[in-house]
Amino acid sequence: MESIPKPTNTEEICLNLGPQHPSTHGVMKFELTLEGERVVKCVPVIGQLHRGLEKMAEGMLYSQFIPMTDRLDYLAGACNNLGYVLAVETLMGVEAPERAKYIRVIISELQRIASHLVAVGTMALDLGAWTVMLYSFREREMILDIFEMYCGARMTLNCFRVGGTPYDLTPEIIQKIEDFLKVFPSRLDDYEALLNKNPIWLTRTRDIGVISAEDAIAYGLSGPNLRASGVEWDIRKAYPYEIYDRVEFDIPTGSRGDVYDRYWVRMEEMRQSCRIIRQALDQMPEGPIMVDIPGVSLADKAQFPTNFPAVVRHFELLVKGFQPPKREIYVGVENPKGELGFYLVSDGTGRPYRLKIRAPSFVSAQILPKVMKGTLLADVVSILASFDPVMGEIDR
Amino acid sequence: MSPAELVKALKQEFGDHVAVVQEEPQLVVEVSREKLVEIARFLRDTPGLAFNFLIYVTAVDKIEYFEVVYAVRSLKERHQLMLKVRISREEPEIPSVTSVWPAANWDERETYDLFGIRFTGHPDLRRILLPDDWEGHPLRKDYPVDRRPEKVV
Repeated sequence: MESIPKPTNTEEICLNLGPQHPSTHGVMKFELTLEGERVVKCVPVIGQLHRGLEKMAEGMLYSQFIPMTDRLDYLAGACNNLGYVLAVETLMGVEAPERAKYIRVIISELQRIASHLVAVGTMALDLGAWTVMLYSFREREMILDIFEMYCGARMTLNCFRVGGTPYDLTPEIIQKIEDFLKVFPSRLDDYEALLNKNPIWLTRTRDIGVISAEDAIAYGLSGPNLRASGVEWDIRKAYPYEIYDRVEFDIPTGSRGDVYDRYWVRMEEMRQSCRIIRQALDQMPEGPIMVDIPGVSLADKAQFPTNFPAVVRHFELLVKGFQPPKREIYVGVENPKGELGFYLVSDGTGRPYRLKIRAPSFVSAQILPKVMKGTLLADVVSILASFDPVMGEIDR
Repeated sequence: MSPAELVKALKQEFGDHVAVVQEEPQLVVEVSREKLVEIARFLRDTPGLAFNFLIYVTAVDKIEYFEVVYAVRSLKERHQLMLKVRISREEPEIPSVTSVWPAANWDERETYDLFGIRFTGHPDLRRILLPDDWEGHPLRKDYPVDRRPEKVV
């Protein structure tokens, strides 16, 4: 029998978005089912960057894994280092000296600003606002210069150690940070002047990709994405680590949980980070930056020619590594993307028996199919950008 | 709520199905596989416990058996807890907790992918990080790290 052609074509089509799309930051693909311009179904496909970091950790000494954490969320190397180092310290029952704690907080808050700058910049870029992206990368450059002075690297910092930090903040670096703090708030005002009242920006972000507080909690969202939905939750306040109980700062929360709120929360967090750095710089005491415990830190190299036990201590630590007691712990820290946590199982040897990384982007990405459903194709890009996913972390 | 009170509340409700395996530095509780979903629902819905946030799901290969680990937290009460379930290596199967905490979805898929543990009742149990036709489960201790597993044709 001859089929009668339909007057209009209402067939659903399948569209593969990514992996080369800029807002997917490399290697995430969406299989979208579209009805006209509306998304009926969205299936995220990940795994294209999977490197098996957790398996690799089982064959490495605890200290050898620190550079690997830089490769997780490659926009927030210092924060990842801090999370991992804190986890191993908790496992070992070691605490870093005061000055080291301040240095860690200052560096990781700078890193938070740098990461949020990329988040806000690329989000604006995805919606067509080139200027904001160029401005935010200009400011990020200043932070990367500080990092370069601090530890010699700009992206993969590898700058903290179990028991402290190997590098001190010199007066020149502090001066650089002071300079940054002086200009940065006015630069933030510039971004807001460009975006906050911009009708295109508002229509593309307001009431799009709305996530309720209940959903945000149920799906395990964390960090700015959770706070944008109005949940006042920040690990720095809830379980203060390092010196976060000694500095004053606010937790910005959104009211609607839409794309705009997620942008706004990040902007506010940058301001709060500046406050934290300011206070930390003022409070920072003099003193050692590394603990002096055999089995945790290396001996002073100046003693080598005369002091044989120092040589043995050096050798033992480098060959056997730390030997934490048999137990298991989970430590989570507040990263720019959300809660980054490490679950460590120790069997008493120098290598972790099992290391699990709780990556914030991985957990929050699973709400995407739910949020994308029913939105327009053009909004898929802005919603994804507002989540600020980093694939190195999703795939690990 | 303090760890001791948490254990007391669980013991009262589930008796022998709950056993404490580690108290310091963090509380770890082993529960039985049959009662897992029930315990999960109890932890989430009981006022005062209110474990509404699932941090992660993962597994540990203990050579003789697998341990499936759940870390949960209450955003309201600010306490957290690690649950553990022991399952056999020959028949790695455990009920899914996605009905209690939707956040378990991808974590369970990942655990299935990397350990080969099947979560019954999971809405969409497919491999997530590795290609669909990948042989073996890399995070098992007997998986070869220096070469690709041979494909059985």
